[in-house]
Amino acid sequence: MSILVNKSTRIVVQGITGSAGSFHAKQCMEYGSQIVAGSTPGRGGTMFEGKVPVFNTLSHAVRETNANTSMIFVPPPGAADAILEAFDAGVALVVCITEGIPVSDMLRVRRVLDTLKGKTRLIGPNCPGIITPGECKIGIMPGHIHKTGNIGVVSRSGTLTYEAVGQLTSLGVGQSTCIGIGGDPVAGMDFVDVLELFQADPNTHGVIMIGEIGGGAEARGADYIKAHMTKPVAGFIAGATAPAGKRMGHAGAIISGGGDTAAAKIKKLESCGIRVAPTPSDMASTLMAMMKK
Amino acid sequence: MKIHEYQGKQVFARYGVPIPKGYPAFTVAEAGAAATKLAAETGSSVVVVKAQIHAGGRGKGGGVKVAKGGAKEAEELATRILGMQLVTHQTGPAGQKVKRLYIEQGLEIERELYLAALVDRDSRRIAFMASTEGGMEIEKVAAETPEKILTVFVDPIVGLSPFQSRQLAYSLGLEKHGKETVAGFAKLCASLYEMFVKEDCSMVEINPLIVTKQGGVMALDAKVTFDDNAEFRHPEWAALVDEAEEDAVELEAKAAGLNYVSLDGNVGCLVNGAGLAMATMDIIKHVGEKHGVAPANFLDVGGGANEEQVTKAFSMILKSPKVRAIFVNIFGGIMKCDVIANGVVAAAKNLGLKVPVIVRLEGTNVELGRKILNDSGLRIEAATTMFDGASKIVKAVGGAQ
Repeated sequence: MSILVNKSTRIVVQGITGSAGSFHAKQCMEYGSQIVAGSTPGRGGTMFEGKVPVFNTLSHAVRETNANTSMIFVPPPGAADAILEAFDAGVALVVCITEGIPVSDMLRVRRVLDTLKGKTRLIGPNCPGIITPGECKIGIMPGHIHKTGNIGVVSRSGTLTYEAVGQLTSLGVGQSTCIGIGGDPVAGMDFVDVLELFQADPNTHGVIMIGEIGGGAEARGADYIKAHMTKPVAGFIAGATAPAGKRMGHAGAIISGGGDTAAAKIKKLESCGIRVAPTPSDMASTLMAMMKK
Repeated sequence: MKIHEYQGKQVFARYGVPIPKGYPAFTVAEAGAAATKLAAETGSSVVVVKAQIHAGGRGKGGGVKVAKGGAKEAEELATRILGMQLVTHQTGPAGQKVKRLYIEQGLEIERELYLAALVDRDSRRIAFMASTEGGMEIEKVAAETPEKILTVFVDPIVGLSPFQSRQLAYSLGLEKHGKETVAGFAKLCASLYEMFVKEDCSMVEINPLIVTKQGGVMALDAKVTFDDNAEFRHPEWAALVDEAEEDAVELEAKAAGLNYVSLDGNVGCLVNGAGLAMATMDIIKHVGEKHGVAPANFLDVGGGANEEQVTKAFSMILKSPKVRAIFVNIFGGIMKCDVIANGVVAAAKNLGLKVPVIVRLEGTNVELGRKILNDSGLRIEAATTMFDGASKIVKAVGGAQ
């Protein structure tokens, strides 16, 4: 078991003929993910890597191949439209890797997503994607650092997810599913949405949750954990040294007043029973110490 | 991206958000000429000389002065304000040098209010916030008297509805100034919403929004911030950048496609990924704080950087005079470790290595990356984990003292 994706997930890649799209589609195929189709307007009827059919529209691709999940590499000017196209095509999961989508575009996308009432889920944008080790990789994470197992990882940061996974694997501990929810202020799945799935998944025994400065997503996650989660959760919040008002790379990583500093979030997490790693080098060991008890 | 008040008001004017008459001035003579022109246009010799810097709190810092004596007094004030280091609660202790002024007509003010529009990430809506406490720091109002702030949330598909503007207007008690004041405010909100969406703003703050003695509603200030992600569809923004307001190194980094933020410490950081870059700063401070060791910068080279960008990034850190040691922390996903290693070696050979460098590499092509560094003949120390790297950094900086 795992959450959201597994070896039977059928993936269509939007923007499969672009440089990022083609490179990562190949990497995912090599990992063993089932890439069943691609879509790029104007390239319909061609074959990607000699075996994956490319369609002009996503709805055509889904109709012909029964794809149920989309991975998006469309550049920022067309990315929000690509997400809406995926909603329209009726896939169950949309994973948008694209970084740099204007927030006003995402406000509209999010508004439409809310009307779908869970029929389609969105991960990202501006995220590394999702992986169930040994079964399915959708995104840009290095597959080889992962190991099959029972720890769920959810994070707003890409490389910090790799850091946590690398620590787990080096301790001999595998992962059930790892999800990067992305660094944008307005996006799809939130910590709470992912934590609900980890709590319900019998194969996930513990969770690492990695947040950062800016916004209230970590606090809402912490409230959910306190109220509903029986599984141990260790956390880390990046940005304790970030100055207020400066955007730290991610569009969403900006302290804008209120309770969104690292110190305030760490306090909130700890008050809800999450053990927060003192340094980013201790994420896996902090969770393992909780699980030994 | 932030712009000046006078630039923000030019955008306001295009969308019909009412503003007082005013002209930008870059010299004392231009300030005098603007005051003369305003007197002719308005029939009043009262003008306000306003320092144009991006930071807020200009009035308290002495950057906004009223001239009642026409052009001559405006010139005297301009002489004092132009070139001053204006210190406000947002500039930091060093302040910001004033290079531009805005000369604006003086108005008889009945009331000062507060109005802002911003992207509220928790509700995933554009929020309009209004408060009767105009001219105050809104952070302070929010903390001490939150009941004095009314917020409405705008559905992006429906847009701002007139009833929402009326809710705000009546919460501000605008009806006591007359029906026209309520209507004028509602019209201002509608114009502001249209501007917010079309111009890809992430925040617009009007503090104060004034009611004049005549019952008119006007934006006396304009703090406009654009969404950096929307730059690709706003080529006109390039002309609005004031390089004097930006950190020179941050601008250089941006031109090279790198995310860089200058900080006050002494350890240069080169990292891939925003979260890992923040975490690297955090661990340096965690281990080094009591030894006076802290990060000198945030630098995310991103996932898709090529060797030239890495060379550029490492060169920028090497050139910083405050940097006493450098921590390269890479967890390669899309970013390949050999690309990083080649970039580091190229920059170091070009500029020379005068400070210790600690490198921690993990992920894609890690063996090849380590080999390139080992074979380079450069004095580069390897670290096994982030904690090990941070410990070695603290030791290196301490040893150099």
